[in-house]
Amino acid sequence: MDVSKITRILVVALLACGLAVSAAAQTSVRIGGVMTLEGPFTVLGQEAVRAMEMAFEEVNYSVAGKRIEWIKESSDGRPDVAVGKARKLIEQDKVDILIGPMSGGEGLAIKEYAKSVPGKTILNGFSAAQETTLVNPAPNFFRFGTDGAQWQAGLGSYVYDVKGYRTAAVVAGDYSFGYTQVLGFMTEFCAKGGKVKEKIWVPMGTKDFSSAIARIPDKVDAVYVMFGGADSVNFLTQYFQAGGKIPIIGGSNVTEQTVLSTKGPFQRHIIGIPSAHMVADGIEDPAYLEYVAKYKKRFPDGLAAPSAPFYGYYVATKAALTALAQVGGDLGGNQGKFREALAKLKLDTPTGPVILDENRQAIANIFVTEVAQRPDGTLYTKVVKVMRNVNQTLGQPRDAFVARGVPSRDNPSCP
Amino acid sequence: MLLQVSAGWGRIARWTLMAAAIISYPHFAPQFWVVNIGAYAIVLGIITLSLTFLAAYGGMVSLAQMTVAGVAGYTLAILSSHAANVGSAILPWPWALAIALGSGTLAGILIGLVSVRTKGISLLMITLAIGMIFFYLTQQNTTLFHGFDGFRGVKAPIVFGMSLREPIVFYYLCMGVGIALYAAVSYMVRTPFGIALQGIRDNPRRLAALGYWVELHQVAAFGVAGFVAAVGGVLSLWYHGGISPGSVGITAMVNILIVAVIGGLGQPRGALIGALLFVLIQNFAIDLFIRERFNTVIGLTFLVIVLFSPDGLIGIWERLRRNRKRGLRSAPNGATN
Amino acid sequence: MKLFLLATLNGITVAGLYFIVAIGFTLIFGLMRVINLAHGSLYILGAYIGYDVATSTGNWYLGLAAGGVSVALAGLLIQSTLLDRIQGQEMRQSLVAIGLSIVIADLLLARYGGLAYQFDPPAILYGSVPLPIVRAYPTFRLVVVGAAVIVGLVIWLLVYRTRFGIIIRAGVDDRPMLSALGVNVPLVSILVFGLGAGLAGLAGVVGGSALSISPGEDARYLLSSLVVVIVGGMGSLSGTAIGALLIGLAEQIGLAYFPTYSVIVSFVIMAAVLALRPQGLMGRPE
Repeated sequence: MDVSKITRILVVALLACGLAVSAAAQTSVRIGGVMTLEGPFTVLGQEAVRAMEMAFEEVNYSVAGKRIEWIKESSDGRPDVAVGKARKLIEQDKVDILIGPMSGGEGLAIKEYAKSVPGKTILNGFSAAQETTLVNPAPNFFRFGTDGAQWQAGLGSYVYDVKGYRTAAVVAGDYSFGYTQVLGFMTEFCAKGGKVKEKIWVPMGTKDFSSAIARIPDKVDAVYVMFGGADSVNFLTQYFQAGGKIPIIGGSNVTEQTVLSTKGPFQRHIIGIPSAHMVADGIEDPAYLEYVAKYKKRFPDGLAAPSAPFYGYYVATKAALTALAQVGGDLGGNQGKFREALAKLKLDTPTGPVILDENRQAIANIFVTEVAQRPDGTLYTKVVKVMRNVNQTLGQPRDAFVARGVPSRDNPSCP
Repeated sequence: MLLQVSAGWGRIARWTLMAAAIISYPHFAPQFWVVNIGAYAIVLGIITLSLTFLAAYGGMVSLAQMTVAGVAGYTLAILSSHAANVGSAILPWPWALAIALGSGTLAGILIGLVSVRTKGISLLMITLAIGMIFFYLTQQNTTLFHGFDGFRGVKAPIVFGMSLREPIVFYYLCMGVGIALYAAVSYMVRTPFGIALQGIRDNPRRLAALGYWVELHQVAAFGVAGFVAAVGGVLSLWYHGGISPGSVGITAMVNILIVAVIGGLGQPRGALIGALLFVLIQNFAIDLFIRERFNTVIGLTFLVIVLFSPDGLIGIWERLRRNRKRGLRSAPNGATN
Repeated sequence: MKLFLLATLNGITVAGLYFIVAIGFTLIFGLMRVINLAHGSLYILGAYIGYDVATSTGNWYLGLAAGGVSVALAGLLIQSTLLDRIQGQEMRQSLVAIGLSIVIADLLLARYGGLAYQFDPPAILYGSVPLPIVRAYPTFRLVVVGAAVIVGLVIWLLVYRTRFGIIIRAGVDDRPMLSALGVNVPLVSILVFGLGAGLAGLAGVVGGSALSISPGEDARYLLSSLVVVIVGGMGSLSGTAIGALLIGLAEQIGLAYFPTYSVIVSFVIMAAVLALRPQGLMGRPE
């Protein structure tokens, strides 16, 4: 009897809540954001929020005469949660456009979800798994940022030609993003004739890297390292404490602003580490300097410089706003016009122009950098080489590139 | 006499009303409320039901029920996945489904076998360890479990030309399965097996002296719970369209316990109530309260319930009802104590 | 050979850290049978508070002290306001601790953000020392082992050589009897909880110096404490030491020789111990 009572009350409550959701006003455009505001990727999520805020403020929250309503949701980095939040934004909050997510696994999951909501458009935030747009792309999923393999363009050649490294060992996170970055690095390094003698994959969840460090062979010219955030700090700290002398080549996250902004003794040792990414703190272009100045003025409590996730969400939001302006805010016909405008968009970003390929994946500039110190003591990534218009197949024919298979522990290999 | 008859009619009316509400709900509620709140709460409720069954009638609080659900989910994903890089279905879906449910049940039995010697907190801990082993196994193994990325793009089977994942179909599927499992569990606790199980919960030594094989009953209970959790795992796979290590990680494991405790660990129906509240908080805490601090809201809600009502929402409900009845009865005397 | 030596040395030194984190956990369990699932949150709370003090005063030792003392106070508060009222209900106490840890983690996130922090310990503790065969070894890791030995000795002396220790051990054996003898058991419980919590806070500063502090460390160190204490035997000081060594060695040797599944090893050991000897290696049967 009480079961029925409870159920009845709950059903009534549910209905009340359900009906309370009013139809969205047509004079506005609803844009949703999915970012990680909890768990280990929190700092990246905070940057994503700042990015969208700055992009919306630039247009005073209005585009083509329509007001922008911004609704954000937090994931914790788990694909299931990210999809759940995307569903909520699209199906409950009725957003027209979704921007996100943050990490690779989430991106793959949201791309699959995108296929079930063909009338909506999703612009990738910062997730950089290669497969997301390379294999079975979704027609309504756009990525205006480059992927994890693209981010390493130029690095392999740079360390081979300029640094003179001929052999290397790899120490990297044992998950898809690690494999992807290593593929990006090795593609060029191996093509030049470099050898990667040993790959040491460290499982996610490892606290103490000391025994992984102990496995690094003595007779290599350099160690390629790829960890993110706190793991990166921990690895570098332990490496230098253990008296590590072999020079380090950094994956994109190793010299990311979230790591460089971390205060600690490890900072003394990381100056000079070469790396590559879709952004660099040391870009001298006026557009970039203006972007940095704006960030610092708007977010005094932010990082020393806008981070890569900030750039990812900022560019995605800018792309959406630009295309919306081009079509006069017309999202009718299942957003057909809007999507067409997005696909053809040539977006000028703080780091240079971005265009999309046929899979709606960005072709953009990549910056090879070295960590350097400013007079005020803060660390930044100094540009040593710019790779222009890097595409997803790293300049190789698409068929050949896809045929090599997805990156894994053993792919590629050049011992 | 007259009173009883009317009570009977009232009861029938209530049940009819409830059935009508359940059946008609998806026809006027928005789709989000049908699937993402309604159906998902039932899926979560089913996995939690397996825990409340173990806890309420066997006195065994396990953290590994999400693991069991994950075993079933992963098995089905491996056998019938259409996901990128995984190739096409290996088996026709009914076979895959049967194997998935079987493997989940088996996982439940195995966990039972390993852990029946422990009880209370130790049982919680051994199931935590087993859950973590499975989590890291799925994360580290790339050949079978597809590593960190897991499986994506897994589709529910198509029956009579309808995908089981169609919003309304999925809602009815979950509701039907949920009611059937709830009925089965309610029936089972009245069978000799269920009564023996409760006897073991209260006094294992006496039952052993009476000739009952205590461990066998407990392992069987884990098997039953394993089946229930496996059903939940399969529905969860279809709901999410995939599974990855995060689905069976420590957060997911602890969430099941939190759901069970919010609803009330003592009774199976607490599972659904807890799941509903949990899903509502998960979805709307960010809208209703301080945007950035919704985890504080979840934590505080949980804390308050544990501190003030050890038997969860069900307990609060029953206490309110009892107080009201007592209030009515004592009103004529004017006694208030 | 060099790899094996290094991995062994790494195992022993990381065991030092695990021991310092877990010793408070085992103390609390020993007396009160409370599985303090908020132990990881106390660890990270100590680390953050210690960091604030160490950076504002420029003195690492002050940070260490602040981390320990402030978390000890937090522990006193938690035990006296929340856990003491439901004494004897193990499961409920553990659940309260879970709720607390969710709230603490979120509030710390609000205060400190998601960036990693790293202490700047005095130069004499940092850098590396020359050793035979392995050449150089991080000084701080050896300092951690030293600290673990000192903490272990102090706690051992406290429990086995003082009046307070006698009361604690009597409480472990028979709470009601101790109470009947006129000892204020709730007060003793509060003090022991404060002590255990303070050790977690201290460990936070040590761990935050050896590695770094970031959100998520709470769950990591809670899990490692659980594994260590359960393997060694709940409430046993020597068991905690043995458990820490076993888990530290298993993890590091695993990472050196079979990295892919190295993260599983400690949980396999934990499950095996619970299945075969539920009271742990050095624990007393119930």
